[in-house]
Amino acid sequence: MAVELRGWREIPVAGVPFKRAVEYKTGDWRVFKPVINGEKCVKCGLCWMFCPDMAISWDGEGVPEVDYDFCKGCGICANECPVHAIEMVRE
Amino acid sequence: MGMQRSVLAINGDEAVAWAARQAQVDVVSAFPITPQTIIVERLAEFIHDGELDAEMIRVESEHSALSAAWGASLAGARAFTATAANGLALMWEILYIVASTRAPVVMAVVNRALSAPINIHCDHSDSMGARDSGWIQIYGEDAQEAYDNTLQAFRIGEDERVLLPVMVTLDGFLISHTLQNVEILSDEEAYSFVGVRKIPRIKIPDIYGEKEVPLMLNPKYPISFGPLDLFDYYFEHKMQQIEAMERSFQVIEEVHREYAELSGRSYGDGFLVPYRIEDADAVVVGLGSTMGTARTVVDELREEGKRVGCVRVRVFRPFPAHRIRKTLSGFSAVGVLDRSASFGAEGGPLFHEVRSALYGLKDRPPVRGYIYGLGGRDMPPKLLKKIFLEVLETREEPERPSISYPGVRE
Repeated sequence: MAVELRGWREIPVAGVPFKRAVEYKTGDWRVFKPVINGEKCVKCGLCWMFCPDMAISWDGEGVPEVDYDFCKGCGICANECPVHAIEMVRE
Repeated sequence: MGMQRSVLAINGDEAVAWAARQAQVDVVSAFPITPQTIIVERLAEFIHDGELDAEMIRVESEHSALSAAWGASLAGARAFTATAANGLALMWEILYIVASTRAPVVMAVVNRALSAPINIHCDHSDSMGARDSGWIQIYGEDAQEAYDNTLQAFRIGEDERVLLPVMVTLDGFLISHTLQNVEILSDEEAYSFVGVRKIPRIKIPDIYGEKEVPLMLNPKYPISFGPLDLFDYYFEHKMQQIEAMERSFQVIEEVHREYAELSGRSYGDGFLVPYRIEDADAVVVGLGSTMGTARTVVDELREEGKRVGCVRVRVFRPFPAHRIRKTLSGFSAVGVLDRSASFGAEGGPLFHEVRSALYGLKDRPPVRGYIYGLGGRDMPPKLLKKIFLEVLETREEPERPSISYPGVRE
């Protein structure tokens, strides 16, 4: 992820964040990424419910989607999926 | 009380409490520890008697004392705390957090030896250990200066060019519990000198682009202080603190000068306080109350025809290395008094700083180091005299620094 880094004169003092929270793409911390198998998925929504980063979106009907900009790859969704439809794949 | 200028017979702790009251601190958060306790006791009395409108937060530890002062300061309050020795040690984690989130808390540190063995008397090992925590450190010589330095500390720390916490130190018992005639400004003069705390504004992004918000915790303009930095921005934030310390030289000088005009009292150039050094051969450098004794010894030795002088270092952080170079070049020898040990190092902290400052000079004087007074061990004029005479006889810099321990029994 190419990020332009600012110099010390260009950022606020006191460690005050200078970007909106959504601009901090924490997905680049990830080592394994969850991949949802739409064939196996029973659309129960458990992964969406358990995701601690709200990085899984779900419309209540279809297959949930992972937002890889913010998914840190913790694997909770894969662990909770009752039908083993989520595989953790090395980046 | 405080309607007009007065001279009060008070000790150093009470002098600090007077200054904090006149600066109209909003929050006092502290935990009792000898020899600091009197400061907070007096402030509690001022609040009770209606002479100070402040919130007194009684906490369960020094870690909480500084944490509460920090939160109050970030919320825009003028926050004050005081501690000593082990209390300062317990604040350790928060010292760095206060400095790096640029909260201008003012703290009186009544210098006391660190345990073990437990000891309540003066040495500088507590505040010297905190010298790299990002706080400005001003060392006073007597109760009058404890008062003057505390008033100045608020102005220095809160200045937009600085925004750093300030530690005002006074020697435990020697200053904190010794009665002295202290000249007190009127409440009005003192408060108009310190002024209302101004909150600087910073630019942060929002969904429409950029907006300006006050640098404080304010629900109307929410910001957070010091969340995660990794290897990407931590160094940049430290660089800002380094720069703030650098800028504080100018502010300390301005505030000292302005205070001198108001009160008629000044301490050298605000950083170094020289005494009879003009034609001196040997000069002794040190901190705190010992330097009052040193002046007496200088006078005695001058009577005997010995050309000696002394320099008291008032501001240790930022360290006035440039002024040290200007002041100490050209003497035949310099002695440095440290009231704290830096275990495993060659000499004490002040010795390191002074010798390092002089290193680049072509005609640098040889420097001897003396570690003295640990745990309140007395430094009588007789012992100081021996040090002056030894420095006077020093002609060249030994390859390995000469460090001695005057006052310790063999």
